[in-house]
Amino acid sequence: MSGSYGAHPRPVGGVELCAWLFMRISGVALLLLALGHLFIMHVLNSVHTIDYEFVAGRYAGTFWRGYDLTMLWLAMVHGVNGLRTLADDYLRPPVRGMAVKGLYAIGSLFLLLGTWVIIAFQPVSGRGLP
Amino acid sequence: MTLYKGGIGQWAWIAHRVTGVAVLLFLFIHILDTALIILGPDWYNKVIAVYRWPIFGMLEIGLFAAVLYHALNGVRIILVDFWMASIQYHKQMFVVQMVLFTLVFLPVAWLMLGHVFP
Repeated sequence: MSGSYGAHPRPVGGVELCAWLFMRISGVALLLLALGHLFIMHVLNSVHTIDYEFVAGRYAGTFWRGYDLTMLWLAMVHGVNGLRTLADDYLRPPVRGMAVKGLYAIGSLFLLLGTWVIIAFQPVSGRGLP
Repeated sequence: MTLYKGGIGQWAWIAHRVTGVAVLLFLFIHILDTALIILGPDWYNKVIAVYRWPIFGMLEIGLFAAVLYHALNGVRIILVDFWMASIQYHKQMFVVQMVLFTLVFLPVAWLMLGHVFP
């Protein structure tokens, strides 16, 4: 067994150690944020009660926007870095490099889209709303 | 390349990777569906209504299972990482983890099934 429980030993320093630490710290934060999100949205509420009006009410203040924004950034960076680990294990150069670049590009694009929506969303009044 | 040495640890680790990729895939989809909110109620409500189909309700329960497993298994990884001595108990830790998983998953799945089939 290597220094870490997974297939990879704990990095000794540099960017890789930062990434290793980030996965663990963001992991604990996401445990609370993501499971909390699932519990609120899919147990206390459900897709049967979630609609435009629900989201508009939820995003009337800044708290849930901040919650969602924190969760989005941590989850995306955690997920993309996790997939990079898989690319390291299962792909060989030059495919690996291209895959990781593509992954970064797509991840950044979705992260920007999500961030923009959470910050810019302003509910429309009237049409479609009771 | 990765070496497979067998045992519970191997399967726990493969499941960690599979659930991780599945949750990331859903995150991409979820960013797209939520982004529709910016286009107004017609678009958003139309697409969210699709999630009310029972098949998506079942997938939603699967998503919860994936997140819960990944979270609990991640905690076990962290415990071993920062407390190497615990590695000799990793099988017992996995049993505890799966007991916790079952204790949380079953009531939550029951409640979520109530939403899927009211």
